Amino acid sequence: MYATDYLRPSAAEGPTEPAVTDKRTRSRKPQRLSDAVLPALGAVLAIALWWLATEALDIEPFFLPAPPDVVDAFLRLPGYLLNETLVTLLETLAGFGIATVGGLVMAVLLAASRTIERMTMPLIAGINAVPKVALAPLLLVWIGFGTQPKIVMVVLLCFFPIMVSTMAGLSSTPADLGELAHSLSASWWQTFAKVRLPWALPQVFVGLKVATSLAIIGAIIGEVIQPDRGLGSVVVSSGQSADTPLAFAALTLLAVMGAALFYLVAAVERVLVPWARAVSA
Amino acid sequence: MIKIAGLSQTFKARTGAVEALRNINLEIDNGEFLAVIGRSGCGKSTLLRLIAGLIRPTTGNLLVGGEEVTGPRRDVAMVFQRPALLPWRTVLDNVLLPIEIFRQKRSVHRDRAIHLLEMTGLEGFAKRLPHELSGGMQQRVSLCRALIQQPKVMLMDEPFSALDALTREELAFELQRIHMELATTVVFVTHSIQEAVLLADRVAVLSARPGRLRRIVDVDIPRPRSFGHNAHLEHVAACSAELHQLLLSSEEAPQTSSTDLPAGRLRRPRPGTKVHR
Repeated sequence: MYATDYLRPSAAEGPTEPAVTDKRTRSRKPQRLSDAVLPALGAVLAIALWWLATEALDIEPFFLPAPPDVVDAFLRLPGYLLNETLVTLLETLAGFGIATVGGLVMAVLLAASRTIERMTMPLIAGINAVPKVALAPLLLVWIGFGTQPKIVMVVLLCFFPIMVSTMAGLSSTPADLGELAHSLSASWWQTFAKVRLPWALPQVFVGLKVATSLAIIGAIIGEVIQPDRGLGSVVVSSGQSADTPLAFAALTLLAVMGAALFYLVAAVERVLVPWARAVSA
Repeated sequence: MIKIAGLSQTFKARTGAVEALRNINLEIDNGEFLAVIGRSGCGKSTLLRLIAGLIRPTTGNLLVGGEEVTGPRRDVAMVFQRPALLPWRTVLDNVLLPIEIFRQKRSVHRDRAIHLLEMTGLEGFAKRLPHELSGGMQQRVSLCRALIQQPKVMLMDEPFSALDALTREELAFELQRIHMELATTVVFVTHSIQEAVLLADRVAVLSARPGRLRRIVDVDIPRPRSFGHNAHLEHVAACSAELHQLLLSSEEAPQTSSTDLPAGRLRRPRPGTKVHR
């Protein structure tokens, strides 16, 4: 910002575009192109390498299916795979949604009251340290079969990262903004809603992005331990029938789902918090 | 407008008590521009924060507009060293922030906000975000934000010290124009003698910690003052010399008045320099 001061005429000469925005608008078209092309290129290269490996090392499809085998598995059972994908997706989204709401509310509560924070934080940190895989059989006992235990597993995995990063964001309000609010005699609520919460949003989104991958992991843990529906169950059952290409097809769908969810959250962030990228280096 | 009597401030730090200010007695008239100058750590920012009501005094009386200071007030506006703009709000929304916090109607004050932006040379920037502005422009927005409250008193804590030298001069000049137009009472903390002499009616010099009021120097140079031609340079030089003497000499050295300066510098008292002891 300061470096471009002497590039810019004084404000008295009229509003001009700062040099920084100029560069961004000029190169937006080719950048959009490379945004789409480069990831696609990366994926294609990875698949090509995989195919080459299976051909060159003459690996059996039972161990590592070549890309054509996986595509074949897709085409064999498209309806089945898509149905199971939908089941996993719904579990993931439901659990993610609950964890987001719960994590945000809890973070606000803990940020507001030091007493509540001191009372509950050690408890939450302890519960989070328990490996969720170990809890999965217990969920079977408590909740039974079906999608509920999977959703609970997702919530258990996502809750803590979302809550902790939100708390970190809320407690990182810069001193000068806090002093400004104080000098305007803003109430606690006004300071929170107008200053602390918007400032915390970038950190909140860090937690949300971390939680997207954890959400899918949670759904799959639940499904693998209790296979009935969903892509995790597909992986388990195809293992039992030695149909490795089908398992790989399921895994590919999971990877795509994970990436899509991550980029969805990133897109929401760009809409809700457009200023964050500009403020940081 | 502002009456300070027997003001002292002691902070409790980890290593013990720190006496920041000792026995400050000062009266600031309505519409006066008072500069507070001193070395780092002499308590000038503490003094400002006490007047603003951000901290409570350990001892002493503090009256603004006849009322005792118990906390931040709507008729006292503060401008900080850093602009402290909310990065997610446009320039116009930042200027209107006090209006929102005071729960007044935006529509009523919107025109005045735009007028203030025009007055500080920011017309056309109302819809921009702070990160698209230079440091000097951000500080101007911060100034507009302080002025939207139509404050009786403006407290400015080294507002230009984070900016480059040319922008400082530009903004100091603008501040003078605004002060002449609005006649607000201003308490301006700075460590720049040049700014103090350009802007102030009187300059209060604080000694090193614990900050005590060492001297108040009158600056009788007629307004509008400038850095260029017709700058009353003799008067400016005399005031600057006096302030330099006060700030850069040690406290134990005998205090020389302007009549006692060694030969080769000023030989006789310059007109327009009055000294209060």
